[in-house]
Amino acid sequence: MTEQLTQRSTSTGFTPPTRFAVPGRIAVSNRAASVWQTATLTEIRRETPHAATFRFAVPDWEGHLPGQHLMLRLTAQDGYVAQRHYSIASAPDDPGHIELTLDHVEGGEVSGWFHTVAEPGDQVALRGPLSGFFAWPGDRPALLVGAGSGVVPLMSMVRHHRARGLAVPLRLLVSARSPEELIYAREFGAETRPLFTRRAPQGVPVGRMAAAHVAPLLDEQPPGGWEAYVCGSNAFAEHASRLLVEAGQPVDRIRIERFG
Amino acid sequence: MNVTRGFTGRARVDNPGLPPGQYDAGDDWPVLSAEVTPELAPADWTFRLDGLVERPRTWDWEQAHALPGSAYEGDIHCVTSWSKFGMRFGGVSLDTFLEVVRPHESATHAVAYSHTGYTTNLPLADLTGGRAWIAWECDGRPLAPEHGGPARLLVPHLYFWKSAKWIAGLTLLDHDEPGFWEQNGYHARGNPWQEQRYSGD
Repeated sequence: MTEQLTQRSTSTGFTPPTRFAVPGRIAVSNRAASVWQTATLTEIRRETPHAATFRFAVPDWEGHLPGQHLMLRLTAQDGYVAQRHYSIASAPDDPGHIELTLDHVEGGEVSGWFHTVAEPGDQVALRGPLSGFFAWPGDRPALLVGAGSGVVPLMSMVRHHRARGLAVPLRLLVSARSPEELIYAREFGAETRPLFTRRAPQGVPVGRMAAAHVAPLLDEQPPGGWEAYVCGSNAFAEHASRLLVEAGQPVDRIRIERFG
Repeated sequence: MNVTRGFTGRARVDNPGLPPGQYDAGDDWPVLSAEVTPELAPADWTFRLDGLVERPRTWDWEQAHALPGSAYEGDIHCVTSWSKFGMRFGGVSLDTFLEVVRPHESATHAVAYSHTGYTTNLPLADLTGGRAWIAWECDGRPLAPEHGGPARLLVPHLYFWKSAKWIAGLTLLDHDEPGFWEQNGYHARGNPWQEQRYSGD
């Protein structure tokens, strides 16, 4: 279902005379990005006290790659429109369906609607998948680093890796405030190391992501090295990307998706 | 129009400065760069204009600051749908730099590139006539690294991914050449008033 997402092998465009920024991983479908589709909510699953997963039926969904996002639109009676970008949480092998995991943002008009009003059967508009930059086709070893709901696009990669039984190495370092706030806690396996910044289970230290967490992952890096994917708030992304660079990860092999 | 059941949205504001589909981010200024924020000191910053110009030229920090200053006071609009009002940027108008290098008549577009290697394409007409700057100050302070400091391109009438952070130069061309996000499905021009977010909009 991802045949139309052909991989871009080399960039043919302008090459800057400076060090090359991480190129897009795939070519994206312009048609998918420009067409609004109707998505019908089919299921709501609570993940944590502040986050829930929303499952949609999207009959004409073209398919996506792990890490891609979409734009979602809600429309009020008077024509007022609110649109937001959200990362896709589900793996690609789920024809006609996608899942989003949304934090309930304080005062958020869109996440507020999802968490307090939405019910199965409700319809919203969306367009996508968008952007090939943060996509992971499952080809290269992946080092995933996320915090809070920044784990969402990374979970799509973990699920894809598992569903396809991929042999390429994949590791996830994920930070949450507490065990209760750790999204997808029950789904993680040996590939994942959770960190807790406020409160941890007994015997597990509490603290911010540090060099000591990142260094072992770079010490055990596979042949050809890691492709690093970082997702979270800007403060987390700045912190985590700096740790990766200091631990020796090449700067042009770090892809960052920041909230905003 | 498909109305979303039970969706009211935030309080309506009558704001003629808000392009369609955008909301006012208030005091927030989200950061959305896709790469690692570079450690770039002003002393290491340079800005180059080349391509279809008579006299290609590179400016360093001091040479750029010796040019007559120019400010932009107004709004900025991000494709992720936030807008930010009443910003004040200080720097030098791009017209001032272009006067020095003298673009050829055949130049129609430019690729702006960053010290990180980020690129974005723009029609030359969007970069001239007092609508584009090289900016190093924001609200009276040096531009923060995460917002593109020491200096960024500023083209506030287009979506903000066109305003390349950590600007290193512009190459003038006689054709359009998609940049980083444009190769990733984003619109070639990015006019927020026409909601040109993605290719095909």
